[in-house]
Amino acid sequence: MSKKGSIDVMTGQRLTGLEQKGVSRRDFLKFCTAMAATMGMPLSMADLIAETVGSAKRPPVIWLHFQECTGCTESLLRATHPSIEHLILDLISLDYSETLNAAAGHQVEEVLHNSVKENEGKFILVCEGSVPTNDGGIYCKIGGSTALDIIKDIGPKAAAVVAIGSCASWGGVQSAAPNPTGAKGINQILTDTTIINLPGCPASPYNLLSTILYYLTLKKLPELDAMGRPKFAYGRLVHENCERRPHFDAGRFAEEFGDDGHRQGWCLYKLGCKGPETYANCPIQLYGDVGSNAWPVGTGHPCFGCTEKGVGFTKPIHQQATVFTVTPPATYPDIVEEKTTGGWTIGGAAIAGAAAGAAVTAGIKVAKSLSEQETKDNQTSEKEKS
Amino acid sequence: MNLQRRDFFKVLSAGVITATTSRSAQARPTFKQPPDAVGLLYDATLCIGCKACEVGCKTRNEKPNVHSEIEEYFGVSGVWDDSRDLDSATMNKIKVYKNGTAAVKDREIDGFSFVKRACMHCFDPDCQSACPTSALIKDPVKGYVTYDKDACCGCRYCQVACQYLIPKFEYHKALPELVKCEMCNHILEEGGITGCAEWCPTGATIYGKLDDLMAEARKRLELKPGDRYSFSVHTVDSDEKKSRPVEKYIDHIYGEKEGGGAQYIMLSAVPFQKLGLPEMPETSGASKSETLQHTLYKGLIGPIILLGGMVVATYRSTKKHQTDE
Repeated sequence: MSKKGSIDVMTGQRLTGLEQKGVSRRDFLKFCTAMAATMGMPLSMADLIAETVGSAKRPPVIWLHFQECTGCTESLLRATHPSIEHLILDLISLDYSETLNAAAGHQVEEVLHNSVKENEGKFILVCEGSVPTNDGGIYCKIGGSTALDIIKDIGPKAAAVVAIGSCASWGGVQSAAPNPTGAKGINQILTDTTIINLPGCPASPYNLLSTILYYLTLKKLPELDAMGRPKFAYGRLVHENCERRPHFDAGRFAEEFGDDGHRQGWCLYKLGCKGPETYANCPIQLYGDVGSNAWPVGTGHPCFGCTEKGVGFTKPIHQQATVFTVTPPATYPDIVEEKTTGGWTIGGAAIAGAAAGAAVTAGIKVAKSLSEQETKDNQTSEKEKS
Repeated sequence: MNLQRRDFFKVLSAGVITATTSRSAQARPTFKQPPDAVGLLYDATLCIGCKACEVGCKTRNEKPNVHSEIEEYFGVSGVWDDSRDLDSATMNKIKVYKNGTAAVKDREIDGFSFVKRACMHCFDPDCQSACPTSALIKDPVKGYVTYDKDACCGCRYCQVACQYLIPKFEYHKALPELVKCEMCNHILEEGGITGCAEWCPTGATIYGKLDDLMAEARKRLELKPGDRYSFSVHTVDSDEKKSRPVEKYIDHIYGEKEGGGAQYIMLSAVPFQKLGLPEMPETSGASKSETLQHTLYKGLIGPIILLGGMVVATYRSTKKHQTDE
């Protein structure tokens, strides 16, 4: 980035540290605003985030890998606002990560143990991958210790534990039947600690960044749902924010891949979309920073339910989902509709009935008064005669 | 003229009593299930409210979309079919019952449920009974109630007679027709199934022989809530199954006995009256109205007695008047 770009033209101010890495103040504030929006916080919060990020001592982060594919790390590496180098150099101090460590072997083991010792009770522990428990946990070993021993040793010393990805959240693909390694999620191992689950396969990197920034800015954990997931990211069903939802509501479904409905972008429910039973912000956050439609349903594949325990890796991909609706659709007609475009309604029939009733009553009254009049007339005529 | 109200009602009531008491033994029975009845089973606990059945219905019967408030709002036309009720372009409608917070499906209090409203195809249809020109025909074998536009005189008695408020009339047309579900009989004749059952993705609406559907409905009522059950999709004897937990049903098959029985039967976890379905006696309205009508007019005895009574009363009062003078 040019030097001109790194100086705020309006104020002439420079943000120390960041600008040398090519981040203008404008870009930086854009990032803070985007993060505030992801967390569902008011935009005024962006200033607070900026202040925090600018001033706070970068929190040490230890990133442990267990049984997983490193997809979550890969997905984080490809985040562009901020990019990984800004994250690890400016926002956090990534003390240990098996993927990104320059060092190796005993050297890096030492770094890990030193960092844990120095920052006990202060570091953020990010776990990626499930922990095997069968046969003493021998299916995953790092530096001679099992994953089970590592997490039991380091986990309780962390200030906050984040389980990133479906594997760390509940076991993910390794825990699918018959689960030969006895894979379990971090929250099944560290039962006494509050764990923030960020499921997803891979988890959206922005949900991790937002969680870390939330913790840094407000010095507390974000509000979690019953499954330990931050509500700002996992508060709503995929179905609720899906761009294909209008087709569901109008009853237009793709019947098979490549058919007319599929080509026209109709709802994928019949193809097994798990959106109606999966809580995640995929439809609004998207993936890979490449613009609209960059998420499974957007590209024409049914949602797989990767963020939902008991759905992703458990239900067959093309099995139809159970539809949870928080409330029934507001636009649907009620049982009794007052306004219609023709024909009878119950309300209409009631009004007609009332009108008919009134007419009958009126008729009886008229008949009665006529009869009375008649009697009177007769009486007068009789009097006149006598 | 000196006919007293009192005298008039005396004679009238005498006539009515004679007519009704003497003939009630010959009441016309409610018609029974046709021999090869076909039908539809709608299970509200399986319905996800996707309205695919409405799309299927309109596709199979070539009915236009209904311009809606949503379209009004977005300033478009012809993209969104959203009729508010059954109407002259809509023979099949998904409606929603909501109570309180409407948080959970298939619950009466603070819950919600969908209901699919369409013609019940009664064993003894009131519409057919009321129709003076036999424009509504109950198929003697399969039992669906169809409409003959060439016979219809447009009196709309059927609309008033139907207790489910099903028949709709094309008021906006110069040569209007009546519109009601005819159970896609043109498709059934070709060996297909109804549009609603064909389109339904969950098995909430299934087509089949009525006896099979009734057996299936009874079986579902005996299932234990929470257990998994494989629900057929599209037809009652389909190979395509969808396994899901059983909800707690209301122990009643709506349409089994209502109005003498119907060929569109329903299961629900919410009381049927809450879904806008009327409580009905086990005999048809048609059997009662026809019994009354046919008794009153049987051999013209009723009218003759009534007329006779009136003649006598008139004569007597005239005579009295004459003597008075």
